[in-house]
Amino acid sequence: MLSRDSIRKILLTAAVLVMCVGIAQAQAKNVTLTYRIWDVNQAPAMREIAERFHEANPNITVNVEVTPWSQYWTSLEAAATGRNLPDLFWLNAWFVLYAENDQLMPLDNYIERDNVDLGNFPEKLVNNFVFNGTVYGLPKDFDTVGLWYNKEIFDEAGIAYPDESWDWDTLVEIAKKLTNEEKQVWGFNASPNQQSGYGSFVYQNGGYMISEDLTQAGWTDKNTMGALEFWRDLLFVHKVSPTVAQQTDTPGEALFEAGRLAMHINGSWNSIRFRDNEYTRDRVDVAVLPKGKQRAVIFNGLGNVIAANTKYPEEAWQFLKFLSSEEAHLIQGRTGTVIPAFNGTQQPWVESVPAFNLQAFVDMVEYGAAAPWHRESGKMGQIQTDWLNRVWSGELTVEQACEQLQAEYEALLSR
Amino acid sequence: MIARPKRRLNPKKKHDYMWGYLMILPTMVGTIIFNFWPLVQSLYLSFTKWGAFGSYSWGGLVNYRRLFSDPNLAMALRNTIVYALMVVPASLALSILVAVLLNQDIRGVGVYRTLYFLPVVTMTVAVGMVWRWLYNADFGLINHVLKLVSIEGPRWLTDPSWSLSSIAVVAIWGGIGHNMVILLSGLQSIPSTYYEAAEIDGANAFIKFFRITLPLLTPTIFFLAVTGLIGALQVFELIFMMIGPESPVIRQTQTLVFMFYREAFIFMDKGYAAAIIFILFLLVLVVTIMQFAAQKKWVHYE
Repeated sequence: MLSRDSIRKILLTAAVLVMCVGIAQAQAKNVTLTYRIWDVNQAPAMREIAERFHEANPNITVNVEVTPWSQYWTSLEAAATGRNLPDLFWLNAWFVLYAENDQLMPLDNYIERDNVDLGNFPEKLVNNFVFNGTVYGLPKDFDTVGLWYNKEIFDEAGIAYPDESWDWDTLVEIAKKLTNEEKQVWGFNASPNQQSGYGSFVYQNGGYMISEDLTQAGWTDKNTMGALEFWRDLLFVHKVSPTVAQQTDTPGEALFEAGRLAMHINGSWNSIRFRDNEYTRDRVDVAVLPKGKQRAVIFNGLGNVIAANTKYPEEAWQFLKFLSSEEAHLIQGRTGTVIPAFNGTQQPWVESVPAFNLQAFVDMVEYGAAAPWHRESGKMGQIQTDWLNRVWSGELTVEQACEQLQAEYEALLSR
Repeated sequence: MIARPKRRLNPKKKHDYMWGYLMILPTMVGTIIFNFWPLVQSLYLSFTKWGAFGSYSWGGLVNYRRLFSDPNLAMALRNTIVYALMVVPASLALSILVAVLLNQDIRGVGVYRTLYFLPVVTMTVAVGMVWRWLYNADFGLINHVLKLVSIEGPRWLTDPSWSLSSIAVVAIWGGIGHNMVILLSGLQSIPSTYYEAAEIDGANAFIKFFRITLPLLTPTIFFLAVTGLIGALQVFELIFMMIGPESPVIRQTQTLVFMFYREAFIFMDKGYAAAIIFILFLLVLVVTIMQFAAQKKWVHYE
């Protein structure tokens, strides 16, 4: 039983608490914003940016929340459906779906009011976040993929490192030389992932997945199928790659970090991963992709957006403005986190890991390519994985899978 | 018509009834809000067409028509049933064996019981992750040990002819602890007089097990068979953790709940997903009714 005295104490405490809440509300402008991202490697830099912002705006606190990529889109969709989106978050190809369904805050008025210069960013990246003539997001970074290689394996075989003179034939020839079944070392991994795999090769061969005007699917295009045939041959004809089953058990990055891969395509965003890994730190480097009929590389960019129904539009905008400032982009670059999108801030990123030739990633931007964004981009990604996995496992021919993909993409494009 | 005499409750009885209902009220409210209402909603949603972010419209039978021409349905249905048939009988047989062994007076029985029960209190997600490492065909412990005795281990999780069985093994192993605890309580409620009488008649351990233990354990086994089968038909976490939507073998390994997850949370089509889950609901219902019908043949109540 509670004594009369303890009841009195509880009531008193409650009264004090109520008063505290009252005081907090009186100050009113103490605002906490949520900023959701998907890459744990980037969290330190994002938190640093949030802290800098807090120093300049002591009444606004920003919580950086990490939701891993594999759950990001599911949880974001659930949040949007429940009208509970974080105040700010990252978007890429799914942008169209969110903009089209009024989930994002239009930024035009703020940009005009505060004289934010969109010319600070590459035009293509800015245009990614424009829907029906309205700006809904600002570029955060961009990325390309490069040919990472293990210098030790090259040295042991007495073979010169990859450079910009390489083409597809060189890749196959050298990969064959470096493959050693007995030691379980492969020359290259033909990854089942589009971005760190066959995607760039489709563009290098003159193929495409979706036409620029979003009306055509390009799967049955001769050049698209040609690139996929090349990828398939790496697995089944030249046998220079671990099988896709093997790569599912142990992903390419991990095989590369275990010294089992001589060459491996991976993105600029993984340079911190290879920098922090004890094995790869001083054993690997990176070069531009080998060229096909033409040079091309998958080129992507993220943007920061604000939820349409944020409770604090003004504060969220202030933080977005800071995220899009030269200062914030320099933090992203200096820490080696990602290639910042702000013009002229790329150099600190290039210099962030002196052991790696990160300049290669920036050099490739001039021939960067990517599928245009569509409201069904998310679904298309999964469909693509489903059908092409059946090619990489040897169950279907490239032609069979591409015919299916063509039909399913056309149905989605015409929706 | 015969007029039924109105049952009059004396005030004492009435009072008891009121308390009785009050006691089950929290559970009933929970069941209605979290089980019954979603069931009704799911049924409704399975007749709707879904747009982005929770917008939907009436679609009639469109989802069911699409479902019955979906090649994935037959595969998922087959996988679900095969999986349940692999898991439930094996799990029960092993659990009975373990429970009987751990019902003896042996030293350190508490330690063994704890060991078997550990997987039950471990998160399925963590269990899935650890087993995924064990199963890794190139670097995993299982294939490493097999190699020591010159056996080339298969690709447990990425070979479509092995993946479902590999998952089933984890589920069987993980289920023993839970079954064991319930079987132990069943074992301990068997009166020792039966065994004493049997011993006087000269029965050996095997006869005692098959003539006394097993028959008197059938109500417990029946309970475990019903709940175990329902659980097995709803398997999801292990497949999500150990195979995942990107795997080349997911098509040959996916079950109904995984197919539901894919449609609801990757393709964001909750209407179609609701139709899939209704097929599962019907399957569970039919199987459970069949089990209750069959129990008369083999379950002995004391």
